[in-house]
Amino acid sequence: MPPTAPPAALADVTASDAALRRYLHGLPGVDAVGLDARAAVLGTRSIKTTAKAEAIDLAISMIDLTTLEGADTPGKVRSLCAKGVRPDPGDPGVPHVAAICVYPDMAAIAKDALAGSPVRVASVATAFPAGRAARPVKLADTRDAVAAGADEVDMVIDRGAFLSGRYLQVFEEIAAVREAAGPAHLKVILENGELSTYDNIRRASWLAMLAGADFIKTSTGKVSVNATLPNTLLMLEAVRDFRAATGRQVGVKPAGGIRTTKDAIKYLVLVNETAGADWLSPDWFRLGASSLLNDLLMQRQKLATGRYSGPDYVTVD
Amino acid sequence: MSEKSGARLSVFKTYKLFVGGKFPRSESGRVYQVTDSQGGWLANAPLSSRKDARDAVVAARKAFPGWSGATAYNRGQVLYRVAEMLTGRREQFADEVAAAEGLDREAALAAVDTAIGRWVWYAGWSDKIAQVAGGANPVAGPFFNLSVPEPTGVVAVLAPQDSSLLGLVSVLAPVVVSGNTAVVVTSERAPLPALSLAEVLATSDVPGGVVNILSGRTAELGAPLAAHQDVNAIDLTGAAGDAALATELETAAAGNLKRVRRPAAAEDWSADPGTGRLLSFVETKTVWHPIGI
Repeated sequence: MPPTAPPAALADVTASDAALRRYLHGLPGVDAVGLDARAAVLGTRSIKTTAKAEAIDLAISMIDLTTLEGADTPGKVRSLCAKGVRPDPGDPGVPHVAAICVYPDMAAIAKDALAGSPVRVASVATAFPAGRAARPVKLADTRDAVAAGADEVDMVIDRGAFLSGRYLQVFEEIAAVREAAGPAHLKVILENGELSTYDNIRRASWLAMLAGADFIKTSTGKVSVNATLPNTLLMLEAVRDFRAATGRQVGVKPAGGIRTTKDAIKYLVLVNETAGADWLSPDWFRLGASSLLNDLLMQRQKLATGRYSGPDYVTVD
Repeated sequence: MSEKSGARLSVFKTYKLFVGGKFPRSESGRVYQVTDSQGGWLANAPLSSRKDARDAVVAARKAFPGWSGATAYNRGQVLYRVAEMLTGRREQFADEVAAAEGLDREAALAAVDTAIGRWVWYAGWSDKIAQVAGGANPVAGPFFNLSVPEPTGVVAVLAPQDSSLLGLVSVLAPVVVSGNTAVVVTSERAPLPALSLAEVLATSDVPGGVVNILSGRTAELGAPLAAHQDVNAIDLTGAAGDAALATELETAAAGNLKRVRRPAAAEDWSADPGTGRLLSFVETKTVWHPIGI
């Protein structure tokens, strides 16, 4: 995919730091109480029986199965890849996950393990998770990940620059990584837990989309506040409004802290009710998770057999 | 003081479930009326659903590594502490048992005292099971050969219907003393002493989730527990009076090869319990170890 220039209608807002600031600060403020209440009320929807079975399979197919630990080994990445392709070896009806998300040095191993399967390789880059490195290092990190076979690149934004108001710097950095990533899908991690306010999350979402992000992602999973329902709802509103304004569709990926089937289904309800059914596909919505998959599989077994399942019947990761 | 101001409003107790060391209401929001032996209303008890049973199993599974990994000495101390706490609430339990079972005051006190004694007796077994159920086996070869009893895992216990406290203690203590964690379904008609026992457990160093107590319909809760793939054993004492139900649960339990204890007939809870229950919920692990160089 060629680097995306800002849509024509919004070309002038990225012309200078001042214009960009004026534009982002001109976005409507977020009604925090209303946002929390809306997310809470959508979380109470009851999804049962056949709808639940559909939702579980959809959620499995949207997972970016993730391992981002210092202790990762090639063996662990390979077993995770095998699990991603065939999540439940006893049941070929279970869909494969969307992608396997690893550190750049493991991307080649994941690519190799996933050869011939439709599961994609996602690699974090740009000095994940802190993003504290010089731009040439971040760009080299990105190119390295793509060269190793990553189909998708998860970058982090420079939160320091964003919080001190140097929006153009963040914009240019995302655009530069967008270019360095070449054909790979670019997911931009906003790290909501460090952005402090809902207003900031809305601004960061628009900033990332203007700079050419294919996906906006809530968090790295490495700080105490990760994906929450209100945060994700806010980002879903942003992608919906962005498409209405520019015609370009951007995906959303909540990541970190989504562990149960119940949580995952709440996110799917949020997508359907906010962005709409267009986003209800692995191409436009992903769930960054690791332990979630086992819970989904256990619930799937429960629906199929009528018996509650247990951790003895899924893999230990 | 006028007569009116002397009349004090009584404070009713809300009985709740005990799951994972907390006291939730039933997920379903349901309750049912508990009556004394004469049919007089005593309290509303939670009417647990299968989801409460599922949550209780999750809590019990979570507590299992810590409880089974604790030293036998430590488990014994914790369980002895439960008996100490029970003693402090002797009068309250006597009242509840008397109301539930229609006993006179004296007989109810005797039942509570026997229950406390039973708890202490089982607490003492914690560091003695290995000597009785395990040992060094003589083998024809240059090996040490050792057998040790290990806890089975998560045990679902259907408590006896007739004896609301003594019977409950007699089926619960032997399960947890060896390191199992338990999901208890109380007597359907007389759940109140069991729900009060939860308060004792919560204040006596028993880690949350080791014992989980659910009140409700034995048949409704027994079915999901018997079929649950993450429950390792089930004690069908509470279904002893209903042969069809017991057979149905035993069949469902075969799905993941659970250990099943199905008593033949009504038991005399005041008699010497022996080690039968204790040894029903342990697995023998045998280790071979070469001698010498």
